[in-house]
Amino acid sequence: MLDKNTHPDDVVVKVRDLVFSRGSRRIFNGVDLDIRRGQVTAIMGPSGTGKTTLLKLIGGQLRPERGTIEVEGQNVAQLSRRKLFELRKRMGMLFQSGALLTDLNVYDNVAFPIREHTNLPESMIRDLVLMKLEAVGLRGARGLMPSELSGGMARRVALARAVALDPMMIMYDEPFTGQDPISMGVLVQLIDRLNHALSLTSIVVSHDVAETSAIADYIYVLSDGKVVDHGTPEALGRSQSQWVQQFMQGLPDGPVPFHFSAPPYGEDLLAGGKG
Amino acid sequence: MMDALAKLGRGALDFFERLGRGHLFLMYVLAGSPPLLLRLRLWTQQMYSVGVLSLLIVAVAGLFVGMVLGLQGYNTLVDFGSEESLGVMVALSLVQELGPVLAAVLFAARAGTSLTAEIGLMKTTEQLSGMEMMAVDPLQRVIAPRFWASFVSVPLLAAIFSAVGVFGGYFVGVGLLGVDDGAFWSQIQSRVDFHEDVMNGVIKSVVFGFVAAWIALFEGYDAVPTSEGVARATTRTVVHTSIAVLGLDFVLTALMFD
Ligand SMILES: Nc1ncnc2c1ncn2[C@@H]1O[C@H](COP(=O)(O)OP(=O)(O)OP(=O)(O)O)[C@@H](O)[C@H]1O
Ligand SMILES: [Mg+2]
Repeated sequence: MLDKNTHPDDVVVKVRDLVFSRGSRRIFNGVDLDIRRGQVTAIMGPSGTGKTTLLKLIGGQLRPERGTIEVEGQNVAQLSRRKLFELRKRMGMLFQSGALLTDLNVYDNVAFPIREHTNLPESMIRDLVLMKLEAVGLRGARGLMPSELSGGMARRVALARAVALDPMMIMYDEPFTGQDPISMGVLVQLIDRLNHALSLTSIVVSHDVAETSAIADYIYVLSDGKVVDHGTPEALGRSQSQWVQQFMQGLPDGPVPFHFSAPPYGEDLLAGGKG
Repeated sequence: MMDALAKLGRGALDFFERLGRGHLFLMYVLAGSPPLLLRLRLWTQQMYSVGVLSLLIVAVAGLFVGMVLGLQGYNTLVDFGSEESLGVMVALSLVQELGPVLAAVLFAARAGTSLTAEIGLMKTTEQLSGMEMMAVDPLQRVIAPRFWASFVSVPLLAAIFSAVGVFGGYFVGVGLLGVDDGAFWSQIQSRVDFHEDVMNGVIKSVVFGFVAAWIALFEGYDAVPTSEGVARATTRTVVHTSIAVLGLDFVLTALMFD
């Protein structure tokens, strides 16, 4: 079994000099990062820095303007549609919004990727689905439609679906948002267990510093289109950077701006009806 | 002045870009269709929701249109003493023109709009992206079955429209206005030519079905992923389908008269 320490150089996702813009706004401006096999790598950063965008780039849904993203040595942006889909079968992604199929119930949502990609008999699919639902504590909710779920429940169903095909890598976009303390604890454990017991590779995008630090092997902190710091949670905790200290401790004052970039407040108020 | 020109230029560019996207979309849908043959259930489900559920509105509309044709036709024909030709007149109008055109327009209003809204909302709620990340191609899994179901439904609906319409004309002409029963049917039988008349109508409705399916699905797939975007796309489905169908009807009719 793979251990996180045996293959320190085994990089699953390799991002080099990534540049990406939305309209005229630069989201990434030269980002380098490595996601190592068997580890939980956390991506943190203020809201709107492009964490979700980064996951979409890794999944090949967006193309970088410059730079490369390699997943298992394959340049994602240059794969043919068929090869890209082959690769995606081995990547699970938990969307920030859940992205459940609204015309299918919980059970069928989790069964969906299994039915699409395998020819397993229905009885085996049932066992698999119930196993995954049990893991997120929603076996009893299998008959509900997505519209009948709370936000936190929907995300857990989406998590069960993301792991349904036992992928080699899972990307979690804010798995903890909207969870009560108990399910949060369960999810933290679940991600940790999935990763370290099955030697999956995980990318966790999250704002929850404490929970994420508890399970992450490595953390990248993004801001303003760059990686501002990276390291193990302990190393980041001792970081000299005021920026990282402010972010990790959630202090309102410091170098991290809370506001989306804007002209000075006073000026804006005095500008009257000019927009 | 320059502003207006620039605006015109941008509008034209947007238009052609969209047209290009529309054709690419169609190509991907057609290329992604063969696997559907192994999963006919996906297609039959859609046949039900786009085809069967449009049946009632098409049949009712066909009946009324046939009845109006019966009335109008009788009033014109009776002046020339040729009211026995009422059946032919009603049947030809329906089979060649009104059946294909109105069935396609009604289809756009009844089923096309709901397809656009459904696909647009799936896009808005990231369900399509979600499928892509699960390595399921939404063009194959979601769009293609709906495309073929619509494509097959429109000609069938047009046929039903025409058939019900002929009965509507019969009911008014023979039942209410006293046209001879035998003459009504025998004239239809002897003067409506299968190859010339019926097939022309079928060709039209096949073309319209293709266009109606394409527009409804592309509008949904290309919708701006917001509530407003989906609302506009839904409106565009009806407007664009109606205009495309009427325009193509003229072109096809002109070609067929050759
Ligand atoms: N479809 C889009 N079109 C244009 N701009 C977008 C789009 N999606 C995101 N953006 C912009 O890209 C930036 C990064 O968005 P992203 O969703 O990746 O942020 P995030 O780091 O995931 O934030 P959060 O923590 O709030 O989820 C945002 O500033 C947003 O304004
Ligand atoms: Mg996000």
